[in-house]
Amino acid sequence: MAREDIRTFQLEKLRKLLRRVYDNVPFYRIRCDEAGLDPGNIQGLEDIRKLPFTTSDDLRLNYPYGLLAVSRDEVVRLHTSSGTTGKPKALFFSKGDIERSANLIARCLTMTGTGKGDVLQNMMTYGLFTGALVMHYGAEKVGALVIPAGPGNTDRQIALMQDFETTAFHITPSYALYLASVLQKKGIDPGKDLNLRRAYLGAESYSEETRKKIEYLFGIDVYNSYGLTEMNGPGVAFECTQKNGMHIWEDHFLAEIINPDTGEVLSDGQKGELVITSLRREAMPLIRYRTRDITQMITDVCECGRTHRRISRILGRSDDMFVVKGVNIFPQQIEQVLMGVTGVAQNYQIVLESYDTLIVKVEMSKELFDGNIEHLVKLQSQISEKIRAELIVKPKVELLEPGTLPVSEGKAKRVIDNRTM
Amino acid sequence: MDKVMQVSVFSENKPGRIEKITRIFAEEGINILAISITSTNGFGIIKLLVDKFELAHEKLKQNGFTVTLNEVLAIEMRDSPGGLHEVSQILSGKGINIENAYVYVVESRARAFLLVEVKDIEKAKEILSKEDLKFFRPGDFK
Repeated sequence: MAREDIRTFQLEKLRKLLRRVYDNVPFYRIRCDEAGLDPGNIQGLEDIRKLPFTTSDDLRLNYPYGLLAVSRDEVVRLHTSSGTTGKPKALFFSKGDIERSANLIARCLTMTGTGKGDVLQNMMTYGLFTGALVMHYGAEKVGALVIPAGPGNTDRQIALMQDFETTAFHITPSYALYLASVLQKKGIDPGKDLNLRRAYLGAESYSEETRKKIEYLFGIDVYNSYGLTEMNGPGVAFECTQKNGMHIWEDHFLAEIINPDTGEVLSDGQKGELVITSLRREAMPLIRYRTRDITQMITDVCECGRTHRRISRILGRSDDMFVVKGVNIFPQQIEQVLMGVTGVAQNYQIVLESYDTLIVKVEMSKELFDGNIEHLVKLQSQISEKIRAELIVKPKVELLEPGTLPVSEGKAKRVIDNRTM
Repeated sequence: MDKVMQVSVFSENKPGRIEKITRIFAEEGINILAISITSTNGFGIIKLLVDKFELAHEKLKQNGFTVTLNEVLAIEMRDSPGGLHEVSQILSGKGINIENAYVYVVESRARAFLLVEVKDIEKAKEILSKEDLKFFRPGDFK
């Protein structure tokens, strides 16, 4: 599909969407009226900029049914997205939404080589979180055998992989690293003893170093998956076999990149917050939804030939970003440094006690311990120096005994902020 | 010269770590002959000379400790004034630098061993084998 055709298609969907929300969602009708936007007179995709953003606060204020665009009996599924404070966000799916979200995942899986004959072990949480169910439906659609394993119970995960010859798995990066360490402990070499070929990683942002490490540890291809509950869940953007950015499915989503502080729309290639309009969701479409995810648009045509633009891997959440000594820091920057250091394990934690100290806790690697305290002191200062070179802020590095940081089988909590305003 | 191995354990500087190590040893009937603790920047290394070092290594590992075995020189000395001086004189005379050292007393006021970590243990052993020194033997585990 040529770029022009995609934009024409998006405009047609946008016109229908605005008509639909104007007629059915009082929240958006008021917003259109206030902005002087007539849904019957949309000239181009840029007209959407006249409307303000929809934020997670708007979702909470309209909890639970306030943003529904269909009657309640049209809705067949509820998912929620947890907030760190207060009420969760309620997101609804119509029958058609479930069908379309499964089709998008099917597109992602086919693109990366998963299909009939594959065994996909789905290690995301089944439940109110969208990660597992949406993938599940899409994987069934392409004819794979789906094992709804859910996360955790690592011994059973490994037994399932062995007994059913799992070829692909869907997992969070932190759990993938943990799984690799358990396999190693058990003396199982995934390259020789298992049938794994590829993994789909999502739900947490992670660095390119982590991807390479996971690919190496399992002897597989790792594909980055992007999604959020507000936009169906996984399958909003997905990597092709080029592994160079995720194609955002522009026939379903209208993407903008904005400056998170000013709201100004940025041009392609500039780093900023991803804002998405779900063009085709029926039950609960959102207009200019602020994802809080920091990324950038990659515009040159992908070597795979697809014309859907790509977003770079998520560089951080504007929520996760923290400030120490006036410097904006994302946990991923620290992770990237740690992955490049030998002698430390994969788990880490960032602790903030004041506005001018950054504490990074890392676990020692058991294998590389030689009983020499000088080597440990050197390792400690090496890590501290490398982080300083990356962030400008010199951290206090604490070396911990392996296994002392909490192990996550879901989303990892990397930053502990003990500061009070 | 028999190989003398010490057990080195990485530990965060927090209460309860020695307690856990010694509990494991007590349960396994492992006897501690000598112990040394070095700590810095919030962590430390506990070094132990024990009678059953392989079992100690294995059990600590099973209990999640970060642990390794490394060889030390165990040089006999008199447990009386001047004893350590005699040994250290030979070491310094041969240009052997002590990285870390602690003592195992076999018979109080009679016989003790100086446990020494050096940079190049093979070289040190070779040099010292020509000296008038006695080294640790398995029978010295008492």
